[in-house]
Amino acid sequence: MSAAVLPLPAAAARDARIAQRLSRRRKLIDRMVKALCLLATLIGLTLLASILFSLTWRGVGGLGLHVFTTSTLPPGSHGGLLNAIVGSIVQTAIGTLIGAPIGLMVGTFLAEYARDSILGSVVRFLSDVLLSAPSILIGLFVYTILVEPFHGFSGIAGSVALAVIVVPIVVRTTEDMLRLIPTSLREAAVALGAPKWRVVVMICYRAARDGIATGILLAVARVSGETAPLLFTSLGNLNWSTSLFQPMASLPVTIYQYAGSAFNDWVQLAWVGALLITFGVLGLNIAARLLLRPKA
Amino acid sequence: MSETMSDAGQPLPAPAPAAAVPVRTGEMREPRIAIRGLDFFYGVNQALKNITLDLPDKQVTGMIGPSGCGKSTLLRVLNRMYDLYPGQRASGEVVMDGANILDPGIDLNRLRSRVGMVFQKPTPFPMSIYDNIAFGVKLHERLSRAEMDDRVEKALTRAALWDEAKDRLRAPALGLSGGQQQRLCIARTIAVQPEVILLDEPTSALDPISTLKIEELIEVLKREFTIVIVTHNMQQAARCADQVAFFYLGELVEVGAAAQMFTAPHQRRTQEYITGRFG
Repeated sequence: MSAAVLPLPAAAARDARIAQRLSRRRKLIDRMVKALCLLATLIGLTLLASILFSLTWRGVGGLGLHVFTTSTLPPGSHGGLLNAIVGSIVQTAIGTLIGAPIGLMVGTFLAEYARDSILGSVVRFLSDVLLSAPSILIGLFVYTILVEPFHGFSGIAGSVALAVIVVPIVVRTTEDMLRLIPTSLREAAVALGAPKWRVVVMICYRAARDGIATGILLAVARVSGETAPLLFTSLGNLNWSTSLFQPMASLPVTIYQYAGSAFNDWVQLAWVGALLITFGVLGLNIAARLLLRPKA
Repeated sequence: MSETMSDAGQPLPAPAPAAAVPVRTGEMREPRIAIRGLDFFYGVNQALKNITLDLPDKQVTGMIGPSGCGKSTLLRVLNRMYDLYPGQRASGEVVMDGANILDPGIDLNRLRSRVGMVFQKPTPFPMSIYDNIAFGVKLHERLSRAEMDDRVEKALTRAALWDEAKDRLRAPALGLSGGQQQRLCIARTIAVQPEVILLDEPTSALDPISTLKIEELIEVLKREFTIVIVTHNMQQAARCADQVAFFYLGELVEVGAAAQMFTAPHQRRTQEYITGRFG
């Protein structure tokens, strides 16, 4: 009784012309949809390519060793971006060091301890709200808690603002990755007599390691290009400073200040800065992709 | 089973219920685990109804029955796995060494070190073969490096995996084949030195050759461990089990020696199930 030997009962009764017309119509729609998808893809890719192209075109000209060895200087004195690059790295690093562990723990709480509880739903919802909050609001929030009370902009305030952005990203990816781990793996560890914390730390984290690391990398990529939260917190600094309690330069803020200036060499440096950030973020994203790629 | 015959003559510790026909496998010594009047609930649904069953020491008890009959549920009571899930509860008595393991105050991690479990699908941890086995041992014992090496080797040997794994102990366990992974899971369970091993359809995800290896393993392991195996495979139950229990709709319909259960069951439902008329 295989399906192949069954006769098609309605085949003889079917009107061949209608069937053919329907088939032609279907093929036409198929081609149209395919063409529209292709067009949309091309538009997207063209935009991306033109951004990368014009960035490279305008940025590469200003690129040179002095960009990495000299701090920002007054117009016309051949300055670099050293203070901005270091400031960005410092603030991103500290922001990630503060934000990632908090996000990791909240994500663990949501996936392992509060999966179906009301508290879990509330925390998850708030985290998602934070995820989509305008980053300028986060800058203003940190301004009121860390800048105003201490009467001054500071690198640490900038780092905290970035940390607030890191947290919800890491929460979401950590929870998603932990939820992907099959219950059977947890049960297998519990069946050996493992307490819950050991199951989480030794089994779940290990199984979800690549995914969690990817989430953190994506968070780093996201905050390293943030400008708004730094405007009210670390402010930017035209001089070399690594003090966390002084205003601190950063690439995005420097780009923001230089790109709108009337000096050609500053505008040129803004392009270089933009090039550096873009390719830095691109590199981080590619690294994240490589991490998530299934092992051969 | 012949070595247990010398104990014959002692009375059973408790009267068998009407459903469980008191035909035993010939041995009469203290059961490893005695289940008395066990009820189990998933929320409001009762999954096990007044189960009374003895699990004889160092014998294999096979649990059979159609899907949803409660046999896996019973297995998950024996190591309190159901505790992971709110809304699941058990009442009655499951006595092991004089203590009711359903008591709220019982140390669950210690209980699970005494009652090990192997699951339907192999569940290797994402670490090396060696670490998979050391993981469970480290939870309960402090061993020196040499002692741990020794324990790992013994466990792998007893699970018939040593020859295949000895040159790749540091390799990820996920690189093993399905049958090897399942034997690793058995090795991991043995390494903790439990008294009872619960096998939840341990071969249903495996090919026939791997299945054969696991069945041979069960034959050897029952010299040291009390084994409970849930299976959908009648032949497997007939091959491996000394005692067979048939469950249907949450009730224990019949329990008896494997030979008797498959040749002359006392209950009509048992006969219909093992001859394939339903289930």
